[in-house]
Amino acid sequence: MAELGRAALVITLGLSAYALVAGAAAAALGRRRLALSARNALIASFFSTLVAAAVLVAGFLRDDFSLAYVAGHSSRALPFAYKLSAFWGGQEGSLLLWLLVLTGYSALAVWFARKRARDLVVWVTPVLGGIAVGFSWLLVGVSSPFDTIPAPADGNGLNPSLQNPYMVAHPVLLYLGYVGLAVPFAFAMGALLSGRMDERWIVATRRWTIVAWTALGVGQLLGAHWAYQEVGWGGYYAWDPVENAALMPWLAATAYLHSVMIQEKRGMLRVWNVTLVSLAFCLSLFGTFLTRSGVVSSIHSFTQSAIGPWFLAFIVVAVVFSVTMIWLRLPQLRTTARLESLVSREATFLYNNLLLVALCLTILWGTAWPIVSEAVRGEAVVVGRPYYDFFLRIFGLPLLLLMGIGPLVAWRRASLRGLARVFAWPAAVAAATGVALIAFGAGSSIPGLIAYTFSAFVLATIALEFSRGTAARRALTGESVPTAFSRLVGRNRRRYGGYVVHASVVLLAIGVAGSSAYDSVVEGKLARGESLAVGGYTLTYRNLTEKDAANATEIRAVLDVRRGGDSLGTIKAGKNAYSVEQQVSNEVGIRSDKLTGEDLFVIAEQVNDDGTVFFRIFVKPLVNLIWLAGLVFVLGSVITLWPDAREERRLATRYATVGERRERTATT
Amino acid sequence: MLGAALAVAVVVVVALPFLREPTPDSDALHELDAAERERLEAEEARDRALAALKELEADHRAGRISDEDYRAVVGVLRRDAAEALRELDRVRAMPRGGTRTESAKSA
Repeated sequence: MAELGRAALVITLGLSAYALVAGAAAAALGRRRLALSARNALIASFFSTLVAAAVLVAGFLRDDFSLAYVAGHSSRALPFAYKLSAFWGGQEGSLLLWLLVLTGYSALAVWFARKRARDLVVWVTPVLGGIAVGFSWLLVGVSSPFDTIPAPADGNGLNPSLQNPYMVAHPVLLYLGYVGLAVPFAFAMGALLSGRMDERWIVATRRWTIVAWTALGVGQLLGAHWAYQEVGWGGYYAWDPVENAALMPWLAATAYLHSVMIQEKRGMLRVWNVTLVSLAFCLSLFGTFLTRSGVVSSIHSFTQSAIGPWFLAFIVVAVVFSVTMIWLRLPQLRTTARLESLVSREATFLYNNLLLVALCLTILWGTAWPIVSEAVRGEAVVVGRPYYDFFLRIFGLPLLLLMGIGPLVAWRRASLRGLARVFAWPAAVAAATGVALIAFGAGSSIPGLIAYTFSAFVLATIALEFSRGTAARRALTGESVPTAFSRLVGRNRRRYGGYVVHASVVLLAIGVAGSSAYDSVVEGKLARGESLAVGGYTLTYRNLTEKDAANATEIRAVLDVRRGGDSLGTIKAGKNAYSVEQQVSNEVGIRSDKLTGEDLFVIAEQVNDDGTVFFRIFVKPLVNLIWLAGLVFVLGSVITLWPDAREERRLATRYATVGERRERTATT
Repeated sequence: MLGAALAVAVVVVVALPFLREPTPDSDALHELDAAERERLEAEEARDRALAALKELEADHRAGRISDEDYRAVVGVLRRDAAEALRELDRVRAMPRGGTRTESAKSA
């Protein structure tokens, strides 16, 4: 089977190279059949990659340890779900997943855009083909998942940290996000290459961008939850370089999703938008480079390898290509529309963009500086949490406030008197919240207090938006409240879906502020019967248990939990000893309060031979709002993504003249 | 063997456009001519202007925008929309160009 896997990857490389070369030739020479042939090659590359992926999955499920990759990342005792997720548990499999997602996205994107933007797709095909060439070459020539060895009796097993349900979904979603950003990039480059500066590249990629952005956002939250449960240090985000690697393209894509609205509404910011799309894609490549090359020390450093130089070259090519194309098309990208006022919707979106990009570049600097320093000066420099926390407050808090202001400011210009009237209620709610928080003793953390006050402001504006919109619709149509509300959202999906996403960001901000600015921690060594008290809880160490699971020995310290005079049951924390992998993992104990969103979080740092255990115990207020934010975020994205028949009809009418008028029969 | 079969299958898929049309009337790629591009841009400008006007009306009706701000902007948006519609009429009245020749290059 290894031969089939290798052959399939070689075929993918050939098809991608053909899509690149024949696609470019077809576009430059205006050859219709050659362009269709290149497009077919790009679509076929997905199926050949699927064959390679199926071979690898079969290798894992059949315990085929003659495949070095399977032997290195699986074992006979590994549970079924983790045998599947072991596919992306190492570098070669991750790269194969990247390629599979890329070719899948490419096939779907060119197929769905074939009518409305046919002349654009001709130029998009070679760009997507070029990206696929890069990744398929890595898999064929540098780091193959189909290298064979004399089969050992059993494999090395999977890194225990990856034996977690979140690791089944987190990498896939992250890659759906990273790789999905290749689609808007390819269409933007296709537009620049072809000289088509109309909006079709934006229309063609709108949904792909939101899908990629949503997947990247949810993937990061799942990764944070994994870190919270599995890594066992008491937090969910450590500003680890690989975590930052996913955050940076997400921030750039967030900026783009806002600034593209200005291009759609006012025809402005064309240069800025193609720059942001390119930045997001290049950062997604940089993120993959950080994850896969092992150039940085990180909790993800199980991915050490030698593909770094290839990736670096790939990033350089992508950056040089995008900068050159933008530079060459600058005269056509310039528009006559100008910002009319610094107090307008487009101005607030611009401020939002500047803050998002500033935050993104600050994180990039903090992430890249240790690498650059080590490469240039030979000194390892650590950029720690205070650096990131400082800039998160500096840029993040104004961003939070702008989320409430932006949607309520008029396009073109707004008067300060008008704004004062529109924002009177939200400002009053925010002020009341701030005063109440100080009265209840939350003034101990100024950033936390500001974050909560701004959050109240944004939530008030969102609530006001929904109620005003519903009332206006009722006044116009006489509909009942539920009907008016659902039709209001249904007919303005991007706007109201956006508000729901904003609400999720507010929940995230409240959860992060609560769990980081107002948390409590205590630590100490306990013998049986001894207690520790923290944040109103009292925990008494009861006993130690040991159990043999499928592939690990589970040691758990059992603690009784009390708050006030009430018993809240027990909580267990301990360690898993993995026999095949010869590793030990921390298994934390978490007790969530569904009503308050607070977590009691117990780490058994050290289990001693005499039965004593060194515990670290946290109380994290509101931390569960972070995970709730993920659900709300998905809801908002789905509302935004849901197809709008009226919008589709309008676009079909607009593009009937350019794409579908000369529909030819030979398009498949 | 399976690898060879896969290779043959993809070659057929890639060659399909040539197999279906061995001798086509024209192998020229459809490209937008200048008139079509102008028309497309005019339609986009029209949609933009009308959407802006519609959004302003909705925002004003919902109380998001004050009367003062509404009055300051609505005239400009109406003029923009009228201008966009006039421009679209002008472009639509122009004769359409054909597909570009095979030797012509895109911009």
